[in-house]
Amino acid sequence: MADMLAFAEARGGELRKVALETVTAARQAADATGGGAVAALLIGAPGIGAHAAELGAVGADRVLVVEHQALANCLPEVFAATAAKLIGDGGFRAAFFSASAEGRDLAPRVAAKLKVSMAADVTSFAFDGDAMTATHPVYIGKAIVTERLTGAPAVVSLRPGAIDVTESPKGGTVEAMAPAMDPASARVRVKETVEQKGAALDLGEAPVIVSGGRGLRAAENFKLVEDLAAAFGNAAVGATRAVTDDGWRPATDQIGQTGRMVNPDLYVAVGISGAVQHLAGMRTSRVIVAINKDKDAPIFKIADYGIVGDLFEVVPRLTEEIRRAKGR
Amino acid sequence: MRIAVPIKRVPDTETRFTIAADGKSVDSAGLKYDMSDFDGYAVEVALRLAETHEGSEVTVISVGPDAVQETIRKALSMGAARGIQLKAADVLFDGFAIAQALAAELKEGNYDLILFGRNATDSANGVVGTMTAELLGLPCVSAISELHIDGTSGTARRELEGAAEIVEFPLPAVLTIDEGIARPRLPGLKGIMAAKKKPIEVREAALGRANVVIEKMALPPERAAGRIVGEGADAVPELVRLLQNEAKVL
Ligand SMILES: Cc1cc2nc3c(=O)[nH]c(=O)nc-3n(C[C@H](O)[C@H](O)[C@H](O)COP(=O)(O)OP(=O)(O)OC[C@H]3O[C@@H](n4cnc5c(N)ncnc54)[C@H](O)[C@@H]3O)c2cc1C
Ligand SMILES: Nc1ncnc2c1ncn2[C@@H]1O[C@H](COP(=O)(O)O)[C@@H](O)[C@H]1O
Repeated sequence: MADMLAFAEARGGELRKVALETVTAARQAADATGGGAVAALLIGAPGIGAHAAELGAVGADRVLVVEHQALANCLPEVFAATAAKLIGDGGFRAAFFSASAEGRDLAPRVAAKLKVSMAADVTSFAFDGDAMTATHPVYIGKAIVTERLTGAPAVVSLRPGAIDVTESPKGGTVEAMAPAMDPASARVRVKETVEQKGAALDLGEAPVIVSGGRGLRAAENFKLVEDLAAAFGNAAVGATRAVTDDGWRPATDQIGQTGRMVNPDLYVAVGISGAVQHLAGMRTSRVIVAINKDKDAPIFKIADYGIVGDLFEVVPRLTEEIRRAKGR
Repeated sequence: MRIAVPIKRVPDTETRFTIAADGKSVDSAGLKYDMSDFDGYAVEVALRLAETHEGSEVTVISVGPDAVQETIRKALSMGAARGIQLKAADVLFDGFAIAQALAAELKEGNYDLILFGRNATDSANGVVGTMTAELLGLPCVSAISELHIDGTSGTARRELEGAAEIVEFPLPAVLTIDEGIARPRLPGLKGIMAAKKKPIEVREAALGRANVVIEKMALPPERAAGRIVGEGADAVPELVRLLQNEAKVL
């Protein structure tokens, strides 16, 4: 029997979806190793503990709540020190983080504090005696490794979206904790948080992504892409590096090897050639649609459905038909 | 300013990618190698800082077999002043083992800034920078897309999902570099000539024990062959029908 810990990520006083993913993973891990207890670690400003029940619903027996006025934003030093202390003292077999922006930062810090190695950006895992095996995409997604991690606790970061959130009602009993370090002594401080304008849906969470490439020819033509995304209603807008380099879209919209890795149900590539560096970020999308005037564009090699044609004619028509299909 | 940049030599997989007979590594026959993408950005950031801060020196460090000297040489030809090879027969997959070797070297170096790549393109782990910072006990900001250094402190921008943070930190510090700051310069002929005379120190790497090992490497599942639905706007209704009834994504 082994106890598991999940780091429950929150932002702006709300849980992030990845918090439910890490708790689900910890629950599955505990159940697969003889039914140990799952503790979720929830850190934030006073009031954050109100979300404990949501974590209980997906399998947390205990919710370790650390509330502090200075912890509305993630102070990595304080968060990592607190997580490492609880994990080290609590005798956990494994600690699950998300490989989100925040989790990618925290998990290696925690592992180094605990003097253990870790498995990063994991898409599946299993326990095998003293070891844990995990799968992880390498070489910009061109290959998948199965890695074997020995030592306890096993620190793991989970690729966002890789774990399906599953209900498994447990107590979710709140235990209030103090941060392991005085936030006032943190050397790295958040001066300001900038919300991205218009980023209602994040690329990592949107079920549909409509992405535009150089084929759009100018920044203002991205309106076509935005209109199509709006027609879907549940879509985010992405871009290639050609486009973000030219400043048509912010750098944060870039999908690919040096941008975001995304995994939506539907990816619509508009005027995108399909360079390997772009494919690296979106090839695992469930369904890929490509619209390109060049029938030999590499994007058609990985697209499930393609239309060869001028995007300036095809996209407005598609927007219209999607609106109709969605009853808008 | 004294700036160190740990750089990794990685296979350039753009043209060719096959799994080796051992089933756990990339077949290196005929592969080209280069500096990992984000490490190139980190070298560029270091060089720009050095250019605007008089008396600066940029040192690049790579853990690996003698072949990494080629990657070090590239950074020297871009403008770094000196290189250090931490010699190791194999480059371990375990980032903590690498971080220990780097920390052992960096702790005596008296660096003001240590710049890592956000992640290596081969391992895609993204752990070595933050782990090294922990081992050194230095403040660390990871995955930054903007940087300003002002005397003994700095400000950086970190992209989150749907938001960004502007963070402040004191020097010395460890930073990991993301997309957005800088594209690496191409070494010029002058730089390439100058690099030949620059020193590369070679020491044994004090690697930690490898507790993560690759058991198997496989190609991702192939995507089923797709199809061209049609040409031009007239193909749209059929596409929407397929998305609705076949792919069931609407
Ligand atoms: C180290 C490195 C990292 C990189 N990282 C990334 C990354 O993370 N993400 C990324 O995207 N790229 C990345 N790149 C860049 C990548 O190599 C390509 O240059 C880029 O993806 C091309 O963008 P694009 O498809 O928009 O432009 P192009 O390749 O120019 O393609 C434009 C396409 O639009 C089509 N088109 C033109 N007009 C029309 C029309 N009227 N109707 C329909 N179709 C039309 C054309 O046929 C063409 O296929 C990286 C490169 C390097 C070297
Ligand atoms: N063998 C190595 N030698 C020098 N630096 C390395 C090595 N491996 C990783 N790094 C550095 O650590 C960063 C992150 O690597 P990783 O954690 O493997 O994704 C890289 O971008 C490099 O800056």
